[in-house]
Amino acid sequence: MLRLESVSASHGSIQALRNVSLHVSTGEIVTLLGGNGSGKTTLMKVISGIHPPAKGRLIFDGQNITGLQAEKILRLGVGQVPEGRQIFAPLSVLDNLLLGAYVRFKGKEKKEVRKDLEGIFGLFPLLKERESQRAGTLSGGEQQMVAIGRTLMSRPKLLLLDEPSMGLAPKVVGDIFRAIRSLPSRGATILLVEQNAKAALRIAERGYVMETGRIILEGETEDLLNNREVQRAYLGKEYREIWE
Amino acid sequence: MIWDRRHECMPREEIEQLQLERLQSTLNRVYRNVSFYKKRFDQLKISPDDIQTMNDLTRFPLTAKEDLRESYPYGMFALTLRDVVRIHSSSGVMGKSAVTGYTRNDLQHWSQLTARVLTAGGVTKDDVVQITFKYGLFTGAFGLHYGAELIGASVIPMSTGNTSKQVTIMQDYKTTALVSTPSYALFLGRSLEKLGVNPKSLSLKLGLFGGEPWSEPMRKDIEGSLCLSATDNYGVSEVMGPGVAAECEGKNGLHLYEDHFIPEIIDPQTLQTLPPGAEGELVLTTLNKEAFPVVRYRTRDITSLDFSSCPCGRTLVRIKKVLRRSDDILFIKGIKVFPAQVEAILMEVEGVEPHYQLIADRIEGADTLELKVEVTEDVFSDEIKSLQNIAAMIERRLREVIGVSAKVKLVAPESLRPANGKVPKVVDRRKK
Repeated sequence: MLRLESVSASHGSIQALRNVSLHVSTGEIVTLLGGNGSGKTTLMKVISGIHPPAKGRLIFDGQNITGLQAEKILRLGVGQVPEGRQIFAPLSVLDNLLLGAYVRFKGKEKKEVRKDLEGIFGLFPLLKERESQRAGTLSGGEQQMVAIGRTLMSRPKLLLLDEPSMGLAPKVVGDIFRAIRSLPSRGATILLVEQNAKAALRIAERGYVMETGRIILEGETEDLLNNREVQRAYLGKEYREIWE
Repeated sequence: MIWDRRHECMPREEIEQLQLERLQSTLNRVYRNVSFYKKRFDQLKISPDDIQTMNDLTRFPLTAKEDLRESYPYGMFALTLRDVVRIHSSSGVMGKSAVTGYTRNDLQHWSQLTARVLTAGGVTKDDVVQITFKYGLFTGAFGLHYGAELIGASVIPMSTGNTSKQVTIMQDYKTTALVSTPSYALFLGRSLEKLGVNPKSLSLKLGLFGGEPWSEPMRKDIEGSLCLSATDNYGVSEVMGPGVAAECEGKNGLHLYEDHFIPEIIDPQTLQTLPPGAEGELVLTTLNKEAFPVVRYRTRDITSLDFSSCPCGRTLVRIKKVLRRSDDILFIKGIKVFPAQVEAILMEVEGVEPHYQLIADRIEGADTLELKVEVTEDVFSDEIKSLQNIAAMIERRLREVIGVSAKVKLVAPESLRPANGKVPKVVDRRKK
């Protein structure tokens, strides 16, 4: 569904991505692991068209989307849940969700949008209860649910999730990740960026590990869980450094 | 039968995407973790960031067996021994061996790969597999052992030697699949005859042979004398062991597991990469190894790549059956002599075995070639006259077919096969 071939990108003089190649197949949950500043968020922005790539090719659904405007990429079916949620605090939960369907309102899809809204409430029943509450007054976990729900309202074929666990209590992380795991059965494919490697590897089928803008590992979840470098760097299993 | 349909039947485009991804991450890791590669890349002023497409791999330096020997024992490991759970070493016909290591993930991948090999050769969970490779530092036995267990077959870890016991076990345990070198299979066939055992009375159905080059006439001979279907499989100790490539039921080239290895063909003299279809030396890059990745490793095996589709459904490239090695070519007075040609000649001759050794020397400035050949038991006890006739006939055939004069020396049965391993098929004393 999504394919990146040797994509590079920079922020001014800093090269944030170096030759990144990856793919996500239809119905998969793929996770991208990496520490702070490894280039994960830049990569997400390049895929959604917010940040331009300097080199390389991006293919989505068989179509070359390299350098395409963010709005066009969104219309093709790539939805991003941004890092830090970025919901509209003064608006109600319902309005936040409806705004997500903005790209579809121009068509005659009102009925469909209603139906999707029910779907979101099925996924996150809490949001139904808080429907008319201002989004800014919700807890962090609930805000994250709003952010995911809002993106799902655009009916993305591919959902990009940037650090959905950030700043959340472990129990809430569990709730959110259970919801994410159920998304492929609702027709979405997922690329999940996470620092919480343990939680991400529990729901993903495959993963990539990034370091200083480069991919240093690719593999099925089980391989990554058994990989000693991943264990040391992301799972906190061994603290001794390689040369000790 | 196909063990891993997802990876063995991937559309071409997906294989290439996976290869690009894994190549980039492998190069990033070796550059960071293996000082040998970092030094080499830095000298040539190239970096893993230069891999934009698969074609860029050709700009990277080749790795030779000598490089591995110089890093003896652990210099080429990409992880420390704490992360390594198995150590093997290549047999090495001469000098220091190359030591290789495997992490737990590496071993799991290896078992998956040999399970593919065995399944392609017809093995299922209902088979009884007798492994007659030597269990030890050599990768052959352990590699196929775990793959066979993964499939669910019953594995008999016989190891090498003690042929009469091998035959007894084969009869009593009802072995259905034989895993061995082709030369040992040939020898087993002869032994059955000697022991008066009818091969049809055995339960053998399948033979999976590897570890050395063998010819089509040899396949026919083995299939006839053991009453089984023989398939070839290919491995390289320094790259993985068995599990690099294997024949399917079509027996027309060996499918190479491209999700784990990138094959290239180079001209062994100029070291230039050759186009698909051209014959040359096979060079392999590992894509999924953690403890011991290798970049552009020179296998010394001569073959070619065939990307045409195969009726079996696998989309993996096929390598032509390896019949010779680039360092086995002997130039005698300017004439190229390939061991495979010699073997083919020996297969036609009644009374000798295709177990031989070519010895090149230089006496008073002139190249000489000696060919030692094992004769069968019957011929060996025969009169001198018939031995002389056989030698003369082989000498004549060598002149006719290859155009080289050689002195043929017939030797006793089994004298060219020490109990534990390989006798080099080619010895070149001129190099010293």
